Amino acid sequence: MITIKGTREGLTLYIDDSCSFSEVLKELDQVLSTKYTDKDEPMITVTIQLGNRYLHKEQEEALREVIRRKNKLVVQSIDSNVITKKQALQWRDDSEIKAITKIVRSGQVVEIVGDLLLIGDVNPGGKIVASGNIFVLGSLRGVAHAGANGNTDAVIAASYMEPSQLRIADYISRSPDYESEGVYMECGLIDKEKSKIIIDRLQVLSQKRPDLNGFERRILNG
Amino acid sequence: MGEAIVITSGKGGVGKTTTTANLGTALALLEKKVCLIDTDIGLRNLDVVMGLENRIIYDIVDVIKKRCKLKQALIMDKRFECLYLLPAAQTSDKSELNPEGMKEIIAELKQEYDYILIDCPAGIEQGFKNAVVAADKAIVVTTPEKSSVRDADRIIGLLEKEDVEPPHLIVNRIRNHMVKQGDMLDVDEIVQVLSIELLGIVADDDEVIKASNHGEPVAFQPNTRASISYRNIARRILGESVPLMSLEDQQGVFSKVKKFFGMRT
Ligand SMILES: Nc1ncnc2c1ncn2[C@@H]1O[C@H](COP(=O)(O)OP(=O)(O)O)[C@@H](O)[C@H]1O
Ligand SMILES: [Mg+2]
Repeated sequence: MITIKGTREGLTLYIDDSCSFSEVLKELDQVLSTKYTDKDEPMITVTIQLGNRYLHKEQEEALREVIRRKNKLVVQSIDSNVITKKQALQWRDDSEIKAITKIVRSGQVVEIVGDLLLIGDVNPGGKIVASGNIFVLGSLRGVAHAGANGNTDAVIAASYMEPSQLRIADYISRSPDYESEGVYMECGLIDKEKSKIIIDRLQVLSQKRPDLNGFERRILNG
Repeated sequence: MGEAIVITSGKGGVGKTTTTANLGTALALLEKKVCLIDTDIGLRNLDVVMGLENRIIYDIVDVIKKRCKLKQALIMDKRFECLYLLPAAQTSDKSELNPEGMKEIIAELKQEYDYILIDCPAGIEQGFKNAVVAADKAIVVTTPEKSSVRDADRIIGLLEKEDVEPPHLIVNRIRNHMVKQGDMLDVDEIVQVLSIELLGIVADDDEVIKASNHGEPVAFQPNTRASISYRNIARRILGESVPLMSLEDQQGVFSKVKKFFGMRT
């Protein structure tokens, strides 16, 4: 019912997905207590593979509790092949591109889940916020916040960039205090080494954020 | 059936009252029946600029509170029989104006007048809402300064939520030498950011201030720069297509404005 594999990274538990959950808990408790409670060993990380079993919150907590009770074990991740419809919709929402045609004027805020494709301008004093990437087909002169829930891979691209502020996850960069012209066809992204937001030509995205490609294709093909 | 046009800006002191007085005068010169409404309760100005202060007996709050008939509160202009003013109250509380009252007054005026020009107070609060609620069209006034353009943008955003046609823009108090030196925004830049239709531009002109002080809007004069601008704007309001610039020494702006029009046709 439970297969255990040890690797250098730790233990992987394969739990058969056809038996009842209460049996799983019982067997897990036995298997782990007989074998893995040596004293002077370092902590062992445990990865759990559920196969096609779905665990709701309480079940997952019960599973973690069984493992937590064993001295040297910590749960690293619990993987399942299945998710709920609700979660699937959430995922789709998170990665979908939302196209909006609007001029975001001073004092206005547009906030969305997923990627934002704004066809229009963001004027000084206006603000756009997205949990994913931001693409502006127009002039970005206000504030743009991409990856608002903490996604540091998110990017902000605009036909014309003269933002007062760019924010990605919890990084902030602002426009210089001296008068400066904007730039055409550029993007802002986090440079992980310098640990700050940099602005570069749109073309660098194909190298630095290759997984944006799927979205780009979708923009192109509708 | 007349048309109600609100003249608004967000920021104070950019020329709403001056614009209202001058467009009213210019439309009257074109023989339209015009009524000006001052909605800036407590800071009434329009009567002074029109030189009609000494004729005020009743005001807009008296009308709303039914202390007099609308007709009794209207003041006829000194120069034109077709131009009237409904003055603001100077002493009442701002809250005495309300949207329902405004709608009633303007509906009644539209029966009789071709144009009702509403001078809006500064700000984005109730005073703004009262001024806008019954307007069919809106004119946004800005000066070529960043803060003023910013407030105009805010106002345009708020107007989107109101039941009024997309607003038109007047850029007021342009100082040509400053634009040339890059110390003032040029009209092209402003129109690009605000992306609304440009109705006209007015130079910064001492004659405007002089005329206001004499209680006679500059548009009444035959040929100062500002009066020509105001009269051109009035003709555009009537639907004529008048080339945008006639201010001789504004070459730079002229070519850009033309380009702007070129792009749209
Ligand atoms: N084109 C202009 N040239 C010179 N002075 C102007 C011009 N337009 C307005 N002014 C002056 O600017 C001041 C503010 O104008 P006003 O119409 O009272 O603004 P608002 O009604 O928006 O507060 C007044 O002293 C007015 O005479
Ligand atoms: Mg005023």
